[in-house]
Amino acid sequence: MAKPILMLAEQVRGQLSDISFEMLGLGRRLADALGAPLSALVLGSEGAPLAARLGLADKALTAEDPRLNMAPPGTMADALRQVIEKEQAGLVLIGATNVCMGVGSILSARTGLPFVNNVRQAQAEEGAVRLTSQMYGGKILADVRLGGACGIAGIYPGAFPADAGRSDKAPPVEAAGVTVTAPKETFERYIEPETGDVDITKEKVLVAVGRGIQTQDNVGMAEELAAALGGAVCASRPVIDQGWLPLSRQVGKSGMNVKPRLYLALGISGAPEHWEGMQGSQCIIAVNTDAKAPIFDGAHYGIVGDALEFIPLLTDRLKARRG
Amino acid sequence: MNIFVLLRLAPDTVEELEIGGDGKSLDADILRFKPNDPDEHAVEEAVLLKEKHGGTVTVAALETPEVDDILYTALAKGADRAVKLTGDLGAAQSEAAARLLAGFLKAGGPALAPDTLILLRSQSIDDLEGEVGPYLAEALGLPYACVVTQVAPAGGAVKVTREFSGGLRGEFTLPLPAVLGIQSAEKPPRYVPIAKVRAAMKTARIETVDAGAVEQPARVGVERMYKPEAAGRAVMIEGAPEEVADKVVELLSKNSVI
Ligand SMILES: Cc1cc2nc3c(=O)[nH]c(=O)nc-3n(C[C@H](O)[C@H](O)[C@H](O)COP(=O)(O)OP(=O)(O)OC[C@H]3O[C@@H](n4cnc5c(N)ncnc54)[C@H](O)[C@@H]3O)c2cc1C
Repeated sequence: MAKPILMLAEQVRGQLSDISFEMLGLGRRLADALGAPLSALVLGSEGAPLAARLGLADKALTAEDPRLNMAPPGTMADALRQVIEKEQAGLVLIGATNVCMGVGSILSARTGLPFVNNVRQAQAEEGAVRLTSQMYGGKILADVRLGGACGIAGIYPGAFPADAGRSDKAPPVEAAGVTVTAPKETFERYIEPETGDVDITKEKVLVAVGRGIQTQDNVGMAEELAAALGGAVCASRPVIDQGWLPLSRQVGKSGMNVKPRLYLALGISGAPEHWEGMQGSQCIIAVNTDAKAPIFDGAHYGIVGDALEFIPLLTDRLKARRG
Repeated sequence: MNIFVLLRLAPDTVEELEIGGDGKSLDADILRFKPNDPDEHAVEEAVLLKEKHGGTVTVAALETPEVDDILYTALAKGADRAVKLTGDLGAAQSEAAARLLAGFLKAGGPALAPDTLILLRSQSIDDLEGEVGPYLAEALGLPYACVVTQVAPAGGAVKVTREFSGGLRGEFTLPLPAVLGIQSAEKPPRYVPIAKVRAAMKTARIETVDAGAVEQPARVGVERMYKPEAAGRAVMIEGAPEEVADKVVELLSKNSVI
């Protein structure tokens, strides 16, 4: 029998993130194919009710210590290392998310296990696991084989279906018996998301601007278009970093996850970290000067052209329709 | 404060990428490199910290073609010292690169000066691990924070803000010395005119330090590299700009968005 598979459930203030179920579904599939048991680990206070929701695992482990809430990567890695030893785990699944960033590589440095990050596909094969890692901003895939199905995999958010990880059953829940060493990095406080004037996760129409928008004045032009569409403006990271829009308008890995009826992507290249936050949109129309921009591989409709020219043309037509 | 920033050139992914003859790596002949965006944020944060709180900024990089350019650019932006690590570096991946950099940082003695702050990118796009900072912090036995967007010195420590998700952030305090993976600087990276970079090339000197050889091979190797098949391809809306705008209005009204 193959060594047990261990997945690190991700919780943010008492809520399991989607990635937890994405990893659970994947872990179940690999465990069945390898004939290995699957354990899920929940770190942080109030872990038991969360662990009860991880029914696809053969057992769920908890480490209920407040110092493990949003813990620094070294502290999470230390808890995982102890559980790996106790359970004799082979394959370890961790979310390739901001919350768990750094955990995989610190764990790899401390245990000597190989670490493969940004995994988008995984298959069991003859006692081994083949992982496909996304590299070069999503432009290249690399296949890697973990012999003996031993190693650490950082699972890319959105790459595996979360529904495959949900179940009504509750798994047996045990305390993992982790000893927490006081972290060198002290957590001080949460900084709440800025509550802006609009909640972009609730808007039906989003006009999204990227670096291609070029200046803050042009963002105003996009605002006008959004108003004509009865929606709001959101943005990719570089626009937020420039300070042209508040953080509450950022879509993607560090920002919001949006699923509007229409997502109009203007001057956005379609990097995986942005894609992650808007892939669930019902209709994506992308405008980009570069015919090879990756956004066109995922958008429903594409326009190769200058967004700065397109925006006023569309705004005028929408205004004219309204009369 | 004694600030180090670790830099490198990154593959330019806007350019066409091709798989090399071995099927396991990119074709190095057509790969183009450019200054690494996240590194520019790390340099900016370092220079901002120096402007506010004093200290020195040292930028360091493993030797690769054209790496002098990014070192001189950092000097032109306000770094005080630039160091190039040479040796039998091969294609040092995250962990190996971290060991080489750790070796250089520790060269002054077993312990780093207590006011040392090491800044670098949060993520890399060209290896399997995708991050070098945690390996570096482990090799040096130092505290680490990643996805950092704000840094403020506080006595013998730094207060940092890091991003979680959905706009939620957290504040942490790390005792110095510490390693920080910078996500974005407090201000957009400054632009330096090429003339200033040229001036730095004339007046400043890049120190060269022998980093030895990569000791440890990667723990796992790539078996095959390939381009993803596009999940789908957008339906392209073509025509003169006015025509395209008309077609989009039609599409939106058909889908009852307007
Ligand atoms: C840990 C981490 C978290 C991250 N989180 C996020 C996140 O939450 N959200 C996010 O967006 N990014 C995030 N990123 C950054 C992400 O990797 C990309 O760098 C970013 O999404 C790129 O934004 P962009 O598409 O606007 O810019 P670019 O990639 O620079 O693309 C600009 C595009 O505009 C096009 N263009 C230029 N001029 C015009 C014009 N006149 N008309 C039309 N098109 C034009 C160009 O062809 C290009 O395709 C994160 C990165 C990391 C490492």
